[in-house]
Amino acid sequence: MTLFLNIAVDGIAYGMILFMISVGLSVTMGLMRVVNLAHGGFALLGGTFAHWFGQELGLPFWPAALLAIVATIAVSLPLERLIYRRIYGFGDLQQVLATIGLTFLMIASVNLWQGSSLLSIPLPDSLKQSVDLGFRTLPVHRLVVIAAGLVSILGLWLLLDRTLFGIRLRAAVDNRGTASALGIDTDWIFMAAFGLGAGLAALGGILGAEILPIDAYYPVRYMVLFLIVVAVGGMGSISGSFVAALGLGTLETATRYLVPDYATIVFFTFVIILLALRPQGLLGKAHA
Amino acid sequence: MKSWGPPLLLLILAVVLYFALPFNLAFLTRILIMVVLVLSLDLVLGYAGIATLGQAALYGAGAYAAGLFAIHVWADPVAGLFVGAGAGAMLAFVSGLVLMRTQGLTLIMLSIAVASICLEIANKARDVTGGADGLRGIRMEPVLGLFAFDFIGKTGFWYALAVVAVVFVVLALLSRAPLGLSLRGIHESPERMAAIGVSVYWRRITAYTIGGGIAGIAGALSAQITQLVSLESFSFTLSAEALIMLILGGTGRLYGAVLGTLIFMFVHHWAAANDPFNWLFVIGALVLAVVFFLPKGVISAPPAITRLLKGGRHAGS
Repeated sequence: MTLFLNIAVDGIAYGMILFMISVGLSVTMGLMRVVNLAHGGFALLGGTFAHWFGQELGLPFWPAALLAIVATIAVSLPLERLIYRRIYGFGDLQQVLATIGLTFLMIASVNLWQGSSLLSIPLPDSLKQSVDLGFRTLPVHRLVVIAAGLVSILGLWLLLDRTLFGIRLRAAVDNRGTASALGIDTDWIFMAAFGLGAGLAALGGILGAEILPIDAYYPVRYMVLFLIVVAVGGMGSISGSFVAALGLGTLETATRYLVPDYATIVFFTFVIILLALRPQGLLGKAHA
Repeated sequence: MKSWGPPLLLLILAVVLYFALPFNLAFLTRILIMVVLVLSLDLVLGYAGIATLGQAALYGAGAYAAGLFAIHVWADPVAGLFVGAGAGAMLAFVSGLVLMRTQGLTLIMLSIAVASICLEIANKARDVTGGADGLRGIRMEPVLGLFAFDFIGKTGFWYALAVVAVVFVVLALLSRAPLGLSLRGIHESPERMAAIGVSVYWRRITAYTIGGGIAGIAGALSAQITQLVSLESFSFTLSAEALIMLILGGTGRLYGAVLGTLIFMFVHHWAAANDPFNWLFVIGALVLAVVFFLPKGVISAPPAITRLLKGGRHAGS
């Protein structure tokens, strides 16, 4: 029972991080139909900024994290305007090549700026403390991660389901041409969605640094993981990303606890079976 | 057969490079091996339109099969190539039964998953594959019983060049054969091909299996010439680099695959030698420049330049 609870807590915390980083990817892939391999780069940028603000400028954790997210969004918006906007119209392969090129540039920039070593983002004492859950003690950090994930999905749901922006975004996802003809400024929607996704990725990168450590090669190392979450969840589906991230996070944690030697094999076998049975993902739409 | 000019030119280029860079034969041989791998990807992706990021699985299968065959059964290089081809084709066929049912992102993810599983199996089966230390102790007999592998790598170079030439010719013939044409048709419109009675699913599996065989040959070559098979053979990086080389050169054209590999490998070699940490700047910028200015790959540069020179009203059409 204790083992089960351990797996559940660690798995859910891990899954929340996967969700925060992947959900932006899912939205951009569903919305702009762009295979954005550079998405993990925004998590890297977030982590790098947080490291810089915290370590070199000496800011406390929370202001540093907040500034890092703002900085990441500030980088992502011009990038969308100048580069991504042109990429949308390309074929799949050109998109893959262009976003891989961008990933390389991001890695090289971080490498040039901060070097290739591990970029630590030290947690404040308040997050390092442990709380007693009855069956084990848990760092407060994990609880904060879980809470942040819940707040993200709740916030996204409110934003998409209850606001005018959300209605327009969903209209643009369903059919860009019609949405545009109805007078919705899809260019602006795209940019806002892109910035939102980049900001969430930065948040996930910063909070997840304990579990997925930040260094220059971060985007390449975890690229496959984030893409798998999107593929399993279904492109463009936020609830799908949530279910997939929690499911895969728990699955990976469970295999590491139960069959540590064969964790990767079990994990990928499960992904293959799942995708073979549901090629459009858990909650993806069947079209295209 | 439109022209024998370009392939002859490439052959001459290979010979010139051999004499121009006598101390870099290992590097040149590595390029030749990558050319075979990228050609296999060109058949799968460029001709049949199967987007995969797991070509390394087939390459690695060929490499390990040829390595183990040489150690335990028979160290003849040519027989080893057939074993490598068989292993690559077999893995491609079996995994293709599942993979070819899907497309787009799902297919890419499935192909990555297959390669990751292969990597883990090779990593865990330490007794057979040597695990993270790699498969060592491959000692090859002379090629065709005549040419012994030497320390400098001369035999390795000519052997690899011969294999590249054979693979190139086979693929050139295949692309003109009914199978190649039907693959092109499937690439352009699967619905229409299905409507005229082609079993799209089985054709795609056939293409993937042949591509797997050729990727297996590339792996076998690498195992025989470097006398080592490492876990890197199955790595995602290898699949991704092969894909970059192919798109860089231009998909669906055999010359594109060769050209892309040459450019990528030379830029990598040159930039990494000058500044090992920042070569990603160079390759990243190169890749972006190609996507933005030559969307069909470097192979489309000559017509684009001609168009530019002609200028006037016909430019950009």
